[in-house]
Amino acid sequence: MNDFWKLLKSAPFAAKLGVFIILINVFAAIFAPVIAPYAETDVIGDMWDGGFWDENAPQHSPVSLLGTDHIGRDLFTRLIYGARNTIGIAFVTTLLSFGVGITAGFIAATLRGWVDQVLSRTVDVFMAIPTLIFALMILSVMGTSIPVLIVVIAILDATRVYRISRAVAMDIEVMEYVEVAKLRGEGLWWIIRHEILPNALAPLVAEFGLRFCFVFLFIAALSFLGLGLQPPTADWGSMVRENASGISYGIIVPLIPAAAIALLTVGVNLVVDWFLHKASGIREIK
Amino acid sequence: MDGLTLMILKRLAFGVVTLFVISLIISLGVELLPGDLAQAMLGQSATPETLAAFRKELGLDQPMYVRYLTWITGILQGDLGTSLASHRPVVDLLGGRLGNTIFLAAVSAAIAVPVAVILGMLAALYRESWFDKFISMTTLSTISFPEFFVGYILVLFLAVEFNVFPSIAKLNSRMDFFDQLYAISLPAITLTLVVIAHMMRMTRAAILNVMTSPYIEMATLKGMTRSRIIVKHAFPNALSPVINVIVLNLAYLVVGVVVVEVVFVYPGLGQLLVDSVSKRDLPVVQASVMIFASTYVLLNLTADVLAIISNPKLRHPK
Repeated sequence: MNDFWKLLKSAPFAAKLGVFIILINVFAAIFAPVIAPYAETDVIGDMWDGGFWDENAPQHSPVSLLGTDHIGRDLFTRLIYGARNTIGIAFVTTLLSFGVGITAGFIAATLRGWVDQVLSRTVDVFMAIPTLIFALMILSVMGTSIPVLIVVIAILDATRVYRISRAVAMDIEVMEYVEVAKLRGEGLWWIIRHEILPNALAPLVAEFGLRFCFVFLFIAALSFLGLGLQPPTADWGSMVRENASGISYGIIVPLIPAAAIALLTVGVNLVVDWFLHKASGIREIK
Repeated sequence: MDGLTLMILKRLAFGVVTLFVISLIISLGVELLPGDLAQAMLGQSATPETLAAFRKELGLDQPMYVRYLTWITGILQGDLGTSLASHRPVVDLLGGRLGNTIFLAAVSAAIAVPVAVILGMLAALYRESWFDKFISMTTLSTISFPEFFVGYILVLFLAVEFNVFPSIAKLNSRMDFFDQLYAISLPAITLTLVVIAHMMRMTRAAILNVMTSPYIEMATLKGMTRSRIIVKHAFPNALSPVINVIVLNLAYLVVGVVVVEVVFVYPGLGQLLVDSVSKRDLPVVQASVMIFASTYVLLNLTADVLAIISNPKLRHPK
């Protein structure tokens, strides 16, 4: 913990900002029921009551900081629960995607031969189809429920994780210590866990941040299209969709959850940039 | 046959195989799912008779290969089946909408490509200046913004506050070309902003990559001016990666169009696809997915072939 603070102190401003944004979101997601003034689906007023910026807005108790949404629920509360649902699902999906992708990638890199060929060619075909289109097709058959959503997105995303973890493992696999372990007669799992994984960890951590952003934006987009999380669950993408009609009257409510999505993505990107920068030690790689 | 033709043919063959596998996945994906599709779609209360009728309508009572062959020959002959929801031929539903989507994508590409390439070059030329930093900050944030966020901000400012453009993109056949252009201005700007960031970043990176080569250093030491070096030495060599970037981003645009169409209630293929997914209208979904996926595959294929032609290094794989 002490090392973490030291590291953070030496970080540039952009990275500190990123860490700050992520911590706020994680805090909101974990303590949602404690922070939120109302319950997730409580109706407290009329539609789009107006928030602190509107002097004529009706008073609510406890105070409704950002006003109400399209059916009179407290927007601030929905935003906080939205953090919990959207970020939580994106996080679980990214974890699953990494589990599948890394395992397959490491196996392909260690065994080579036909296993590698079969896995890599399958991934090639999957990657030739745009992710959103592929997901829409599967959801039209399976219907939209949270488990389906998580599994579908995780598998589609695992193809990208597979590519990178295979490439990283390929570089490690030719090292002498792996050779030694193989000659010693260690099994596949032992080599993956004790030789490859520890050495591949650094680049994969940065990749985790990037994949999380992608998955998070992807779930938000699906929810915005009405095909992700279903009402009355609070979720940032669907909140944009539900309140979208207000924009024609100059009501900024749909922009608030959209901005929350953008903010978290920027935050994670800032931290990932810093991390890559530190790991590579080179200024201009891109 | 020389090596170049052979490589291109190989790449084309891979493209054809990919399209074939995609068509297999699309038409038979239904098969891989657990449980019975008819039951899942009609619900538990469906009677055996309606279930049987529904299976017949979808062709689920026939063996797998028959279904695939019927579907793929239908597609190749321009017969895409009948919509489950509206009972109209899918071709009729798709026709005009496909045109609208292509129109929107083409207009966005026509704005995005020149702007992105010029700005990317300028950012590389004035590297580390305030202009470069401004560009990289803006592109970084637009990459992180979801399409709908960009879209609604534009609506709020350009349509609601200042009333410059219409907030909903309506098209009809009585409009002339410029009226249509005006009607789609907001979705086109949104799409442009979304793809321009990637394109610009990658153009800048490609040019900077070339700028570190020994022959550029040589030209600098010879005393050539910086702009002359960029035009005469850097640009021709950066052309291959830049062309690749452009085509890859056009492929990305094809997908981005789905969300943007929904934001602006634009009568295009993306909107139809999303509606059909929520209605679970399989024949329409299959046809539109096939169109989107093949466009994507073809654009990626073009990018690879152009890269092989314009970059001699790629002709000799290790």
